[in-house]
Amino acid sequence: MTTPNYAETILFYLFAAGVLGSGAQVVFRKNPLHGALSLVACFFFLAGIYVLLAAHLAAILQVMVYAGAVMVLFVFVIMLLNLKEEEMGQEKMTAWKGIGLVSVLAAVGGIAWKGLWPLYATGGKLGDMAGRFAGQAEFGSVKAVGRAIYVNSVLPFEVTSILLLVAVVGAVVVAKGKI
Amino acid sequence: MVGPTHYLVLAAVLFALGGAGVVLRRNALIVLMSIELMLNAVNLTFLAFSRFPLVPKAPAALLQGHAAVFFVIAVAACEAAVGLAIVIAAFRSRTSIHVDDFDSLKL
Repeated sequence: MTTPNYAETILFYLFAAGVLGSGAQVVFRKNPLHGALSLVACFFFLAGIYVLLAAHLAAILQVMVYAGAVMVLFVFVIMLLNLKEEEMGQEKMTAWKGIGLVSVLAAVGGIAWKGLWPLYATGGKLGDMAGRFAGQAEFGSVKAVGRAIYVNSVLPFEVTSILLLVAVVGAVVVAKGKI
Repeated sequence: MVGPTHYLVLAAVLFALGGAGVVLRRNALIVLMSIELMLNAVNLTFLAFSRFPLVPKAPAALLQGHAAVFFVIAVAACEAAVGLAIVIAAFRSRTSIHVDDFDSLKL
């Protein structure tokens, strides 16, 4: 990169703030419906981050599959259950939860410290490599990713289709009272 | 200049948020949504390393990261469908989606 790309930086921090803000809403809101709608917003911001990473197919899939299909399923189930206040259960802070929270934060902090700090030291060099994709409009497009999936990962792709079939049948069998 | 570290730190914080949701919340629906957050953090890591590889690679090899994201999204959709079906079935038998009430296996 010859000139610093301010647009990318500004957009990154904008989307990152959106992702973390709405992600925190998912975890800390009491009402699951508020959480589900915040998760939709989080997925849209993440799709923006994916576009910044030149992953256009992943961004479209994120919006269509996650924000579209999966979250509609979540909202549908929340409204189907129609939970009252007492059925949602009491959230109480116990010692075990405190220990779990501290260990999650410690694990992520350890990963960030041990794994990402050396990477940050060489960040400039890695950043230059991104310039290699500047001329490749195809990177991350449907055509390029499709070739990667159908040429190199045909078997996982077919297994995924079987997995989807099993999930459809399994969901119907589990959720239906009696067949 | 936004480098790989920015995206990886964002993914780590998002994963921690999801993990905290799984650990802290007792509402089964919110636990499932937190798992979706964690899966998305993993997707973000895949795409970040696909865009900023640590060693030089051909573009065709880099796109394997995008293929992995495709599979993760498919598996996450399956997980959401089956998980929500289990929540509905559990709500039928216990009229609660509080995960502390799902303790049939406890002696």
